[in-house]
Amino acid sequence: MTPLTLEWLMTKIELTVDGAAVSDDVEPRMLLVQYLREKLGKTGTVIGCDTSNCGACTVHLNGTSVKSCNVLAVQANGSTVTTIEGLADAAEGELHPVQEAFRECHGLQCGFCTPGMIMQAVDLLAENPSPTEEEVRLGMEGNLCRCTGYHNIVKSVLHAAGQTEGAKA
Amino acid sequence: MTATQDRPAAEIGKDRRRKEDQRLITGRTRWTDNITLPGMLHLAMVRSPFAHASITSIDVEAAKASPNVVGVFTGKDFGEELGACINAWPITPDQKTPAHSPMPADRVAFAGEIVAVVVARSVAEARDAAELVDVEYEELPAVIGIKNALKDEVLAHPELGTNKSALWVFDSGEAGTGTDAEAAIEEARANGIVIEREYRQQRLIPAFMEPRSVVVDPTGEQITMWSATQIPHILRFALAATTGVPESKIRVIAPDVGGGFGGKLQVTPEEWVAWAVARRLAKPVKYTETRSESLMAAHHGRDQVQTLTLAADKDGKVTGLKVHLDADLGSYVAIVGGGVPVLGAFMFNAIYKFPSYRFECQTVLTNTTFTDAYRGAGRPEATYAIERLMDELAAEVGVDPLEIRERNWITHEEFPFTTVAGLEYDTGNYEAATAKAKEAFGYDELRREQAERRERGDRVQLGIGVSTFTEMCGLAPSRVLGSLDYGAGGWEHASVRMTPLGKVEVVTGASAHGQGHETAFSQIVADRLGVPFEDVEVLHGDTQVAPKGLDTYGSRSLVVGGEALVRAVDKVIDKAKVLAAHLLEANPDDLDYSGGRFTVRGTDQGTAIQELATATFAGHNYPDGMELSLDADATYDPVNFNYPHGTHLCAMEVDTETGAVKMRKYTCCDDIGVIINPLIVAGQVHGGLVQGIAQALWEEAVHDDSGTLVSGSFVDYLLPTAADTISFDVVHTDDPSVCTTNTLGTKGVGEAGTIASTPAVVNAVVDAVRHLGVNDIQMPCTPERVWRAIHANDGDAVTPADAMPHFQEGALNQDEGAGQ
Repeated sequence: MTPLTLEWLMTKIELTVDGAAVSDDVEPRMLLVQYLREKLGKTGTVIGCDTSNCGACTVHLNGTSVKSCNVLAVQANGSTVTTIEGLADAAEGELHPVQEAFRECHGLQCGFCTPGMIMQAVDLLAENPSPTEEEVRLGMEGNLCRCTGYHNIVKSVLHAAGQTEGAKA
Repeated sequence: MTATQDRPAAEIGKDRRRKEDQRLITGRTRWTDNITLPGMLHLAMVRSPFAHASITSIDVEAAKASPNVVGVFTGKDFGEELGACINAWPITPDQKTPAHSPMPADRVAFAGEIVAVVVARSVAEARDAAELVDVEYEELPAVIGIKNALKDEVLAHPELGTNKSALWVFDSGEAGTGTDAEAAIEEARANGIVIEREYRQQRLIPAFMEPRSVVVDPTGEQITMWSATQIPHILRFALAATTGVPESKIRVIAPDVGGGFGGKLQVTPEEWVAWAVARRLAKPVKYTETRSESLMAAHHGRDQVQTLTLAADKDGKVTGLKVHLDADLGSYVAIVGGGVPVLGAFMFNAIYKFPSYRFECQTVLTNTTFTDAYRGAGRPEATYAIERLMDELAAEVGVDPLEIRERNWITHEEFPFTTVAGLEYDTGNYEAATAKAKEAFGYDELRREQAERRERGDRVQLGIGVSTFTEMCGLAPSRVLGSLDYGAGGWEHASVRMTPLGKVEVVTGASAHGQGHETAFSQIVADRLGVPFEDVEVLHGDTQVAPKGLDTYGSRSLVVGGEALVRAVDKVIDKAKVLAAHLLEANPDDLDYSGGRFTVRGTDQGTAIQELATATFAGHNYPDGMELSLDADATYDPVNFNYPHGTHLCAMEVDTETGAVKMRKYTCCDDIGVIINPLIVAGQVHGGLVQGIAQALWEEAVHDDSGTLVSGSFVDYLLPTAADTISFDVVHTDDPSVCTTNTLGTKGVGEAGTIASTPAVVNAVVDAVRHLGVNDIQMPCTPERVWRAIHANDGDAVTPADAMPHFQEGALNQDEGAGQ
């Protein structure tokens, strides 16, 4: 008997990641986060746990935040994915207002949870542009941070909300 | 010592946004797991499911035959070549220290210990094959828990003959730093107050967000190890000392490191196994742990039973304190494992003038994950014990908890003060910190509200918790460490290099993993050297760039590393002065240095440090006898610890019907001397607070009776979320007590919040229900524990088992009031 191999199961996926069309053959078991990191080198998105508790791997799938450890790469076929690296054109020196708010309010220390926090915050503010502190705390509940005690993360999101409103007005 | 006052302090004290953030908020990061090298192989560990077992056989054939597997290795395949995990701090000369192989060949001593490693071309293939490694174990009896270990009936390491590793004792009567604690206790039993308590410091898991990861590249002349570590320099030392590779052939890099909290202050089996595999195969390898592996096998923290006796006179003036600790080392004596409780030895007397003190610490070995430093390391445990006891004493005497503290604390006029534990506290002002905290907290109003709620018999009661902490930090004076049998020193190193175009490269031996050194150190250098903040580049965490250092832990980077930096900058200025005098044709004594420029007193002549750097690079014109360089190194060994302190006040609401607790308000006033960057300081305090609060309310690492970690995932180990926490009031005294043992006047802040907050929270919870007969609740104060404490003495006992079939006729608790 030949050793078990999943080669024959390899599935072709095509999707858009951070504005670029990509296409690969992947094992059906490959997680979206593994695809992003290992196949595309999108190492801005990180893995912090193996039980979908920490949210460090949060990205946007068709405009909505998902924990990319909880999505199979094949499920993202035909989708549009945005990671922290595609949130703003950093090469042009641009920052998304939420990224800017995290820097302004010292919403990060080691920075490991930060990509997930920012992606979740962007989604939260898209749904609720003027959240209360309580709403921010509940909306960010799925993302763990060990450095900041959340104080400045919450402040960052509220700050970004204020800025967003200011920009609209 | 007043140098900061002599210069314009443009940068120090400014809330600079961090230099580190740009890359971190845009995902342009260099975590170890992001590194991929050509031909890199991936490792998966096979770990023991048993807490204690002999390894009878390991069949690796199926794993080896698995697709793209390059090799499978066990302890037997390596032998001595594997090296060893070291204990750098044997706390007594006769400490029992079990041999700690990174991958034992014959016997495992905790569940999660590595028994084999699979090497494959991808992570997934390595993990698949690891499932195929067939290990036969013969299970041995495992000893779990401190009290079981003390019985010495079942042994964690049979060859040692006992579970007792070391007994470390300090007695103020014997040391001559105070009187006899036993006599004070005897006197208090007759004529005063004696408080006796047993407190449990539950086991915690540091749970840094970035799982540990290591890459080893053996393909160059030097073997390079990237590791998610707090201690690249100590790691290099230990690799060389235990694997026989000369230090000069080892380069260790700690790239971006995602938090540590003491949890990455370790030399790990995983690093040593990766090192051995890479050398054996002559190929780059990578190992990144899963979160479950991290929780199970990365070191844990705390885990003590504290037996405490506090003696006082009838007015609540403390006359003596006796502390006996039993501390669980877990399966091995890790790098500073035994020393962690000893670090607490000097802090049980805290901010108080106790005349007598006795401290004993018995460390024990068990078949559990080994323990070591976790934020605060020894000092949170000590602070918890004494701050809980002071509240109990206040209750006994019948005065406000702040009043009892005031009767015992060192007053600000009494500094410098030599404590009963033999430390000299240089400065402090407990009165000022307390007054400021009380005002910001609204202490009197909250006390009024508490009284009203009690009067009304509200279901939700309010409690107010106090913690007036101090800590010894800035680890540490090398001579002191030597006297405590620690294996290394506590100095720090810095270099300042002037580049030809006038930029400044600062090299530090401290190794940041979230602290913001690049920003804070730039501020220090910008001020002291008089150069723009943006022109300073801080380099660290690579032994090839920063060859000397003792890394980051124990709130030491600023107070020890920062001082090394100051001294290196001063040397640069001294060197530049010689060149400036030559070029300006002036007497060096007539030169002033300010804002990055030398000026000739009484003239408009001058030259900038950047111009001097360029002139040094060119080398066209310089005085005879001058070495053609402005660069300078400095090594600084602190003369004392430093002693930040603060008053933390916490208001907790406790639902007396359900036992649920809710934080209402938390205010802290920390006196940490001169603040370099208030934004970073606040961040350190916030994060520290939540880690301490989490110990009080949520976190606990639990091994079951067979030694399996049952809190082995983030589903079970309760890390707080944004929804569990509140925003904090962080204030500082208007006139801080400046540290006298470093030029900048700074004190450490990295651990302050964690050390202070745990007792503040538990004191508040107990205070909310003290009128119901409660004087202690074990941590974490879960609703169940709070509820049980409330109902321990009222006959409204736990629901009897026969109440369980709720839906059978005649069963208890079917209707309101039934079965009560």
